[in-house]
Amino acid sequence: MVSTLKIAIRFTVITTILLGLIYPLAMTGLAHVLWRDKANGQLITKDGHVVGSAIIGQNFAGDGYFHGRPSAAGNGYDAANSSGSNLALSNKKLVDRINGDVATWQKSNPGQPVPVDLVTMSGSGLDPDITPAAALYQVHRVAAARHMSDDAVRQLVMTHIQGRQFGILGEPRVNVLQLNLALDEGAAK
Amino acid sequence: MTANGWLQFLLYFAVLVLLMRPLGIYMARVFEGQRTFLDPVLKPVERLLYRLFGVNSDEQMNWREYTMAMLLFSFVSLVLTYVIERAQHFLPWNPQGFPGVTPALAWNTAASFTTNTNWQSYVPEVTMSYLTQMAGLAYHNFLSAAVGIAVAIALVRGVARQQANTIGNFWVDSTRSILYVLLPISVILALVLVSQGVVQNLKPYTQAQTLEHATQIIAQGPVASQEAIKMLGTNGGGFFNTNSAHPFENPTPFSNFLEIMAIFIIPAALTVTLGRMTKSPGHGWAVFACMTLLFAVALVTVYWAESQPHPLLHGVDQRTTALQAGGNQEGKDVRFGIAGSALFATVTTDASCGAVNSMHDSFTPLGGMVVLSNIMLGEIVFGGVGSGLYGMLIYVVLSVFIAGLMVGRTPEYLGKKIEAYDVKMAMLYVLIFPLVILVLTAASVLTSAGLNGISNPGPHGLTQILYAFTSAAGNNGSAFAGINGNTNWYNIGLGFTMLAGRFLMMVPMLGLAGNLALKKSVPPSPGTFPVNSSLFTILLTGVILIVGALTFFPALSLGPILEHLLLHHAVLF
Repeated sequence: MVSTLKIAIRFTVITTILLGLIYPLAMTGLAHVLWRDKANGQLITKDGHVVGSAIIGQNFAGDGYFHGRPSAAGNGYDAANSSGSNLALSNKKLVDRINGDVATWQKSNPGQPVPVDLVTMSGSGLDPDITPAAALYQVHRVAAARHMSDDAVRQLVMTHIQGRQFGILGEPRVNVLQLNLALDEGAAK
Repeated sequence: MTANGWLQFLLYFAVLVLLMRPLGIYMARVFEGQRTFLDPVLKPVERLLYRLFGVNSDEQMNWREYTMAMLLFSFVSLVLTYVIERAQHFLPWNPQGFPGVTPALAWNTAASFTTNTNWQSYVPEVTMSYLTQMAGLAYHNFLSAAVGIAVAIALVRGVARQQANTIGNFWVDSTRSILYVLLPISVILALVLVSQGVVQNLKPYTQAQTLEHATQIIAQGPVASQEAIKMLGTNGGGFFNTNSAHPFENPTPFSNFLEIMAIFIIPAALTVTLGRMTKSPGHGWAVFACMTLLFAVALVTVYWAESQPHPLLHGVDQRTTALQAGGNQEGKDVRFGIAGSALFATVTTDASCGAVNSMHDSFTPLGGMVVLSNIMLGEIVFGGVGSGLYGMLIYVVLSVFIAGLMVGRTPEYLGKKIEAYDVKMAMLYVLIFPLVILVLTAASVLTSAGLNGISNPGPHGLTQILYAFTSAAGNNGSAFAGINGNTNWYNIGLGFTMLAGRFLMMVPMLGLAGNLALKKSVPPSPGTFPVNSSLFTILLTGVILIVGALTFFPALSLGPILEHLLLHHAVLF
């Protein structure tokens, strides 16, 4: 048993060095050679500072920006504290929250049912995307706030719809941060 | 439900079937010590490792020696991970300066990762340093998977060998699992995941100034290297709190596809390995067919359940259209939709993976019930790497035993007579699992320490507790994550459950392997029940469902079934 224990200790130490250090460090090196930007989180820089990651959602509250989904991560889109709501469908808190959000949304779109993703919290709390339905739902508000025509904003949304990957995987979606960056760029011109 | 959703499922299954055969045959070669195409590169490394370990690779072990080696290794590696967690503030690669992990949590986490469970009572991105994640946690993702494969192979040898005292060498089996199977696939998968946007760096967290001039801190880390083995080894412990829902762990629909594929590929291939090593490929396929049947039923049910609208919402568009997936979107990310979330949830609970890309706590009551039931069947529908196969073989033994009772002759399994000792070991395995789950769930609902963990009141609260202990005993690790598990009651109770669910089940398993190896093979006679027929597949499926249903149906009817009925009568909690 003692000799087996000695083997167990040597086995643990050596495999820890191999799999716990050499493997991840080698992968880090290789990743930086092959896909440096992606390995670092696809950070977007504007006017000399980082404004976010292309694949991490962030909070938008102003009428002139498209809004993402409600978020349970920290105080909303806390990318150092990801979380879903974990509320059950039978939890009164969930139904009350959604009803409240629906009332807010319908102020800018009276009588129109709200696309479900705009009133439900994502699993990650950092969902960078909304559905095309949710983006189109916000066109009128954004256009009014920016003194643009609905058509111009709708055009911009249409060009930002990402289809299914390889035409089959996942769901069509619109990246909120990238859409808003495009809006700002258009305004700057 | 959409045509595209069904198409994604079909594509998934087709690729799985295509890949499992070559991998299964390759693994049979690896564990029978035959030449493989990786030998020129890996053989010298393998020899060097044996020299460093002080292992004689020609030595064979009987089942007691094998068990002792497995237990001692698990103990030593558990202690090392505990020490790394407790001391992380003295160690490098801790850019956020996290303090050492508290004792109860460090113990729970070390037990969790050693047992291939990866239950997480903590939020990783505010608790664990990069070094802890790499050398403490991702390390166990490799090793617990390797141990699982080793034990499964030992059992297969027990069936295949005749009048033998030995079932292999634990150190050799583990080393070869890592070098020839887990590591090469992980290297490739990690790099492909980076190409999709999974991060891989050692930088401090990024500070961003958002378009609306707020500050956003973005957690980073060596994620891809851990993500690959987390899925491939059916471990499931997320680098971040929200696991594979987090865009840095699972950024695109293609990364999602690959991660789900990685969960099932080794367990599916092991059915081919089983057929190969016991020289009865038909039996491997019969087992695969049973797993496929149970998987398909669960997948269709979850997909249907999650596509249903919430019955009590007004002014919300929950329809499925070309512009949105619709259905139950609470806890799901847009890029995966209902189909990508349902597939992930079914696969991760069928296998003992436990990674999630959507929050099971927010599933519809029936969708949540199915993923819970998947774990309750004992993690044998493909199951964990290795543990799925040996768990399934227990049910195979029970099935041939029942078939034997029906015709009144001693049952045989692939030529081995199944006798009292074998059935006792199999029954021990089947009974320990529900015993641990139901007793500890009952204890939790009777104590305030247990009840305080509930975050969703009503029947759903019972389901949260039941899910936690089922997940721990099944070494799954997923959760109805609203439950507050970071208390002494749950950290210690679940830690115990995970160890019981792993080792109290592995030991009878190895005892069975040792006993089967001793027996001589009898040639099949007209009275032998063939284990490669569709009749066998049906009997096996029936036995699994009856054992699972009889054991857990009462608990399920008080949890998710009651919740479903009340929700549709507009009762909220």
